[in-house]
Amino acid sequence: MPEDLNWAIGGEAGDGIASTGKIFAQALSRAGRHVFTSKEFASRIRGGYTAYKIRTDVERVQSVVDRLDVLIALTQRTVDENVDELHPGSVVIYDGERSWEAEVPGDVVGVDVPLKHLAEQAGGAIMRNVVALGAAAAIADFPLDCLDEALRKRFGDKGEQIVDGNREAARLGAEHVREAYPDLNGRTAEYGHEYRLERTDADYVLLNGDEAVGMGALAAGCRFYAGYPITPATDVMEYLKGRIERYGGTVVQAEDELSAVNLALGAARGGARAMTATSGPGIDLMAETFGLVATSETPLVIADVMRSGPSTGMPTKQEQGDLDMLLYGGHGEVPRFVLAPTTVGECFHKTVEAFNLAERYQTPVYLVADLSLAVTERTYEPGEFDMGAVEIERGKIVDDDEVGEWLDGQGRFRPHADTEDGVSPRALPGTVGGTHMSTGLEHDELGRRTEDTDVRVRQVDKRDRKVDTAREREDWSPREFGDVDAETLVVSWGSNEGAVLEAMNLLEERGVDVRFVSVPYLFPRADLSEHVEAAERTVVVECNATGQFADVLEHDVLQRVERINKYTGVRFEADELAEEIAARVDGEHEPDTVGGSGEVQAE
Amino acid sequence: MSSETTFVDFKSDTQPTWCPGCGDFGTMNGMMKALANTGNDPDDTFIVAGIGCSGKIGTYMHSYALHGVHGRALPVGTGVKLARPDVEVMVAGGDGDGYSIGAGHFVHAVRRNVDLSYVVMDNRIYGLTKGQFSPTSREDFETATSPAGPKQPPVNPLALALAAGGTFIAQTFSSDVQRHAEIVQQAIEHDGFGFVNVFSPCVTFNDVDTYEYFRGSLVDVNEDDEVDHDPADFDQATERILDPDHEYQGVLYQDPDSVPYGDSHGLGEDMSSIPEGAPEDATDLVREFY
Ligand SMILES: Cc1ncc(C[n+]2csc(CCOP(=O)(O)OP(=O)(O)O)c2C)c(N)n1
Ligand code: SF4
Ligand SMILES: [Mg+2]
Repeated sequence: MPEDLNWAIGGEAGDGIASTGKIFAQALSRAGRHVFTSKEFASRIRGGYTAYKIRTDVERVQSVVDRLDVLIALTQRTVDENVDELHPGSVVIYDGERSWEAEVPGDVVGVDVPLKHLAEQAGGAIMRNVVALGAAAAIADFPLDCLDEALRKRFGDKGEQIVDGNREAARLGAEHVREAYPDLNGRTAEYGHEYRLERTDADYVLLNGDEAVGMGALAAGCRFYAGYPITPATDVMEYLKGRIERYGGTVVQAEDELSAVNLALGAARGGARAMTATSGPGIDLMAETFGLVATSETPLVIADVMRSGPSTGMPTKQEQGDLDMLLYGGHGEVPRFVLAPTTVGECFHKTVEAFNLAERYQTPVYLVADLSLAVTERTYEPGEFDMGAVEIERGKIVDDDEVGEWLDGQGRFRPHADTEDGVSPRALPGTVGGTHMSTGLEHDELGRRTEDTDVRVRQVDKRDRKVDTAREREDWSPREFGDVDAETLVVSWGSNEGAVLEAMNLLEERGVDVRFVSVPYLFPRADLSEHVEAAERTVVVECNATGQFADVLEHDVLQRVERINKYTGVRFEADELAEEIAARVDGEHEPDTVGGSGEVQAE
Repeated sequence: MSSETTFVDFKSDTQPTWCPGCGDFGTMNGMMKALANTGNDPDDTFIVAGIGCSGKIGTYMHSYALHGVHGRALPVGTGVKLARPDVEVMVAGGDGDGYSIGAGHFVHAVRRNVDLSYVVMDNRIYGLTKGQFSPTSREDFETATSPAGPKQPPVNPLALALAAGGTFIAQTFSSDVQRHAEIVQQAIEHDGFGFVNVFSPCVTFNDVDTYEYFRGSLVDVNEDDEVDHDPADFDQATERILDPDHEYQGVLYQDPDSVPYGDSHGLGEDMSSIPEGAPEDATDLVREFY
């Protein structure tokens, strides 16, 4: 008999499904149980159906499974939608008085609870879902006081009367089950199931990926957030609103994503730690400004909480389809960092890291989450979010006294100084003697527009060198799991980690060993050539159709070609090209960048 | 240094490449004067410039500055100002930058009423891309992309600002540098979004909206014999802004009760300074999730 219990509540949009589910998840967490929730349900019939699903165990749970033990069905459709996940011995709670009598499959145990009637008895029909929660608690032998605590958390600000009414509703639901179905345990036991939600002494926090990103931002000193609402990124903005102000920061709801990213860019030029979050359609718009962020060397964190594309796609469904866009998007060649947290907890840690990377290297950072991280509430030991361990590194910000070290012969500050590690000094407005202009035009060390081929090449190299420096200085290791000597290597990025880990347990039962590499750093990234070479086969797992990361991995392990590159702004000339190719033939590899200067000025 | 700051302190050592006679010279001089007259200092000033001939202004002035992407100068300036209330922020760009590709931002920046000034060099043409019609070009203005005129009515920027809830709406002429500087100064001093549309003639691509044309047709609100202009009078402002027969120079509208965004949102802190670790009470954030 499995230890984990899979529970769901389903109904029509507007039935309060998500908030009811959240109350139960909260109650389980308070009872010291691990929880992993999901809301992304592909309807097999039509829109309008929503459900909230909880997997809970005393051990850690990190994925959803295809099985439902207890289902609260507010509609017949909820039963129909979940028929494949129900099994002999599943319990379906339904309200026989609500104009239908649930048609539950024969070996599923139906529990008819007059939800509306009992809710009215407790004080109002609106508490119908809470009656169902009480019933579910009784079925799984779950102490009602845990539920009480969660009800207080949810309704506390609405007054004592409301809290008491809801408690009473839950009590009536539980009482009804005990009285009307005294031998329920016996019936499920016939199918080998006995549902018991034991409590433990553990103390967990329960949060989703968007909240973890928001909390990470606050921990990291983010003071400015600009965004335009979009599923599934909006929760980041809603989390920050009302909290960031405590630290002297602000949230600006922009008129569109073009504005959002430029607002954040402006705040960052002012010296604030700034971020924006969006999803695919917004990333497309922000791509316009992405290159400017990089060439003006502005530290900025841009979160992409991916959803199904292309275009408006399936806005409430999961996909990891933006990888190519994030790695390569934006015209021209834009240095960047791309980080993809692999769990809800990592959403916190990677956000903190993103802010540090952005400032240390004065480079834009894409923080890539996805719908399944955003909508999953998951339990953690509070110690997972160790605020004492958060370090803030602001990079090469210079003050009034240090500016002097970075002036040219005529006393002008050099914001794009061509340094060894590629990182230039940064003078924030107000710094005496640090005035400068930054621009999306190619520029010299002072920030003045240039089309001089040498300066152009030096600035491109300098910006790219920051990434090379970061590659050396920072730890880009992937997360490694499983048997190093296994024949099969599974590679995945972002949010699939939990599902792969649990799949590995199932495979182990079948005698299949795998080595698993979970990749949180997409650019720069670890070289996995040795991993791939050591394995008999490599399988890349990702939520998209074309295998974007698989392509990247294949690229990385390919035999290297030699390259001739020119980025002076002048096309290849035949004689020059002949020289270059000949040099490769002779085994000389010095890249050359000859060329004339452009005369036409346009923007 | 503020007390001794003069307008030359706001001049960079980069020589402008504007065509000789371009209106943008006068526009810029007036802006520099206004910044100096209001006691600002280049070290505490941030200019955000659009893309266009006009947008080159960021290079020619001396201050902190960003020359961003076409049409997005206002959001950048808004971000700088909200993060750094202690810094003087001035946004400058062209009519294409502000009223075409950036029109959406213009409307919302006006509504937000952030305490910054916005100077639009309105030459009624796309200068940098060599002479296509702009959103303020006349209906019959012939250009390479409008051989028979654009055949669409021009945008009235002042009316747009008024409709969006503007709290300071002014118009100037680059050639009347003194008056222009004076009005930009008022825009800077205004508590909120100080908007100045400057007729800044393009001598190369616009032979209709010329110095002579503006000199001969502009009416200064303060020199109108018939009415004493009261900028706080919304109806009078509306009448003049929508006047089909005249274009005006001066502060057409100023809301004396303007409350800037920073005040209504309780902002005032310099957001650039943060602690070296998580905020002291950051564990409370974790506790909320119990
Ligand atoms: C996204 C984008 N589209 C087009 C351009 C080309 N472009 C540069 S400036 C400009 C118009 C400039 O007109 P205006 O804002 O009136 O400035 P002016 O040159 O007249 O001062 C255009 C279309 C660009 N730089 N970026
Ligand atoms: S093209 Fe027109 S707007 Fe541009 S610099 Fe010359 S005169 Fe000025
Ligand atoms: Mg123009």
